[in-house]
Amino acid sequence: MSEAIRFLAPRQDVLSRRAAIVADLADLLPIECLVQDARGLAPFETDAFVSYRRVPLAVALPETTAQVAAVLKYCHRFNVPVVPRGAGTSLSGGAIPQEDAVVLCLSKMARILELDYANRTATLQAGVTNLRISEAAAIDGFFYAPDPSSQLACTIGGNIGMNSGGAHCLKYGVTTNNLLGVKMVLVDGTVIELGGKHLDAAGYDLLGLVCGSEGQLGVVTEATVRLIAKPEGARPVLFGFDTCEQAGACVTDIIASGIIPVAIEFMDKPAIEICEAFAKAGYPLDVGALLIVEVEGSEAEMDAVLDSIVEIAGRHAVKTVRQCQSPTEAALIWKGRKSAFGATGRIADYICMDGTVPLGKLSHVLNRTAEIVESYGLRVANVFHAGDGNMHPLILFNANDPEDAARAEAAGNDILKLCVDVGGCLTGEHGVGIEKRDLMRHQYSAIDLAQQMAVRAAFDEKWLLNPSKVFPLDGRT
Amino acid sequence: MLIPTSETDAAYIIRNAAAEGKALALCGGATRAGFGNFGQPAEIFSARGLRGILDYDPAEMVMTARAGTPLAEIEAALSGNRQMLAFEPMDHRGIMGTSGEPTIGGVFAANVSGPRRFVAGAARDSLLGVRFVNGKGEAVKAGGRVMKNVTGLDLVKLLAGSFGTLGFLTEVTFRLLPQPPAVETLVVSGLDDAAAAQAMAAAMALPVEVSGAAHLPLTVRHRFVNGGLPEGAATVLRLEGLSASVEVRAQKLAAVMAAFGPVERLVPEQSLLLWRQIRDVAPYADGTTRPLWRVSMAPSAGHQLVAALRLEAGVDAFYDWQGGLVWMRMEADAEADLLRRYILALGGGHATLVRAPDAMRSTIGAFQPQPEAVAALSARVRQTMDPAGIFNPGRMGVI
Repeated sequence: MSEAIRFLAPRQDVLSRRAAIVADLADLLPIECLVQDARGLAPFETDAFVSYRRVPLAVALPETTAQVAAVLKYCHRFNVPVVPRGAGTSLSGGAIPQEDAVVLCLSKMARILELDYANRTATLQAGVTNLRISEAAAIDGFFYAPDPSSQLACTIGGNIGMNSGGAHCLKYGVTTNNLLGVKMVLVDGTVIELGGKHLDAAGYDLLGLVCGSEGQLGVVTEATVRLIAKPEGARPVLFGFDTCEQAGACVTDIIASGIIPVAIEFMDKPAIEICEAFAKAGYPLDVGALLIVEVEGSEAEMDAVLDSIVEIAGRHAVKTVRQCQSPTEAALIWKGRKSAFGATGRIADYICMDGTVPLGKLSHVLNRTAEIVESYGLRVANVFHAGDGNMHPLILFNANDPEDAARAEAAGNDILKLCVDVGGCLTGEHGVGIEKRDLMRHQYSAIDLAQQMAVRAAFDEKWLLNPSKVFPLDGRT
Repeated sequence: MLIPTSETDAAYIIRNAAAEGKALALCGGATRAGFGNFGQPAEIFSARGLRGILDYDPAEMVMTARAGTPLAEIEAALSGNRQMLAFEPMDHRGIMGTSGEPTIGGVFAANVSGPRRFVAGAARDSLLGVRFVNGKGEAVKAGGRVMKNVTGLDLVKLLAGSFGTLGFLTEVTFRLLPQPPAVETLVVSGLDDAAAAQAMAAAMALPVEVSGAAHLPLTVRHRFVNGGLPEGAATVLRLEGLSASVEVRAQKLAAVMAAFGPVERLVPEQSLLLWRQIRDVAPYADGTTRPLWRVSMAPSAGHQLVAALRLEAGVDAFYDWQGGLVWMRMEADAEADLLRRYILALGGGHATLVRAPDAMRSTIGAFQPQPEAVAALSARVRQTMDPAGIFNPGRMGVI
């Protein structure tokens, strides 16, 4: 287990009052909504960024907005840090707690409150999982667009916290582009509503600010999101190339031609092998890089768009073009892609990077990534959202070897700096969390960061909400 | 009038103004200068001296420009590459009776969006990154130039729609979309407002990707495309994309819409003109200062609001965004209290007084009043950006 990333030192005054705090929380919550014993707390000690673990002081599992407000009001009054949590699928450590913190886990607030097709909206409690929204609306011909790979488990509240994306965001945008309103609780327990079923804010766009704020501005308890009419059909097509350069150049040309497919996913050879071994998706194994391009619409429309894409791929010496013949086959293709992280976890420990780069730099960054990882004596698999330049190098290492883990973290940092240096950013959709916190100064100047931190403090003056995350620990206001 | 020609100059001016507590009226081309509340008198501080496209690689579909670049210059460059701003920014000169050149910074500062907004996002959704000078005279960068970016707090969204009360934009980076090769508009005729809302909701539930849905009642329909719309109120639906695909979708849509009323199609030239006129609120570009409201509500609530108001006041209205955007011209009084009460009763939303005689503007808040906690939060946010309170003070009301 690595320890390179620091957490804030636990507040001794909070730790010493632990018993009293737990007793007070027990007055605020039904008995089944408070976890305080060691065995019960263990599942909350980390998220999907498993290299770091901290056992929290207690876990609150509220069932209502009023309970969320009561817990926050109490913690605010007595200066107890609070770490909001959805399903704990964060890859950047966004939901990892700390010893002096109460975890506020929204998983019990999991009701779909309203599906309003006349206005094309869904209103949900924060603990509703991403996939359930689309499943619930499917029968009436609608879906919710952002689709993180963890969509089976991750919650809409967590999606808002991280402004989550997914494969289909190329056409439909990320969470912030599909979020219409929230009910949220501020750190002092005040309940506010931002937005609603209407478009655009009346005053400042606080909703836009809250989306992607990683649980630092408040705790969202309900959300209203946009539903979209499901396309008539969708078809993923596999394009195999000998080299990553060819695949990368093909992506750039597809976008430049004015075609915006629903998704363009990229896998390099190691990723293809890992995913194919796990999902038996029928990926070609004799290629160096694979693109999954999904188009949608009527049959005629998909044919027309695919013809153009096939023609462009031809200019980049495409080796294999495979259209799927059935919905089952299409589902399998996506299963392979979406299980990439899980499949990788079967063969090695890994950390997943999330930098985003301008499209024209894709090939360069892929090459440099390979060189960087090799220089640390490690292996890398690349599987990512190429259409919007959102890279996900998976750096493989052995977690039982502390030196290996440290090398993996160092390689990851080098890759993220590279992304920033070519005009991109540290994180496209996973968030800063603890993982990228100390790299923030590479992307932002002291003034840029000070402005962000001042805005953060306008919501949470005492820095109680998810305090170890996003902003470097020193130099806070 | 202060017109800096560099970010450094702008920062210098702001630092001095902050030290003296001197108010600045931030603007671009001032074509939307009549927006918002009457604030304190302030010296005009325009970004129009910061001009020029800094970076545009059509293949990346991203552009960076200085904030004072005229929108016309941006659109000319995009048009040459068959690209566009997805959010279709409206031109306010017609309804506001202003002249001058709208700037790209002004478009984002006012979060100005047009008919495609309800499916393709607002100006704020296309804005990827900004540089601005805050009220302390510090140059701040936020966001970047890639589509996906969740690095830190999204100050970009905050600046969009802040009407020059949080920062002086110096540079904006925004995403682009390819221009659709084909456009088709279906007109369903003779529907009343309520039936039109149903028809538009039905259209949006179909997998045909409607990219414009407006309802033009009898009182306004003759003001569009030189009176060339078919007889009766016009419910108009736009389809865009590859021509083969648009044709297939148009047939599907027409088949379903036929159950609501007679369906006709416009010729392409009429189609382009129609949506530009809807975008620019042509019926109310009438050379008057009669009170004009812009109301954003749930699509199914828009017509209910108008029906309720009609019982008590003289109001003329038409609808965009599937009925969720209501443009309302009042015959006499602005009826602000009544209007805002009804909006709350009908499920919420907000009304902005876009235009009114000065006497009315001095007594009516231009923006929907916010709940106390949200207003307090907004004021605290503003305090962090403009601690001396010198940027367009009073323009957005309590904040």
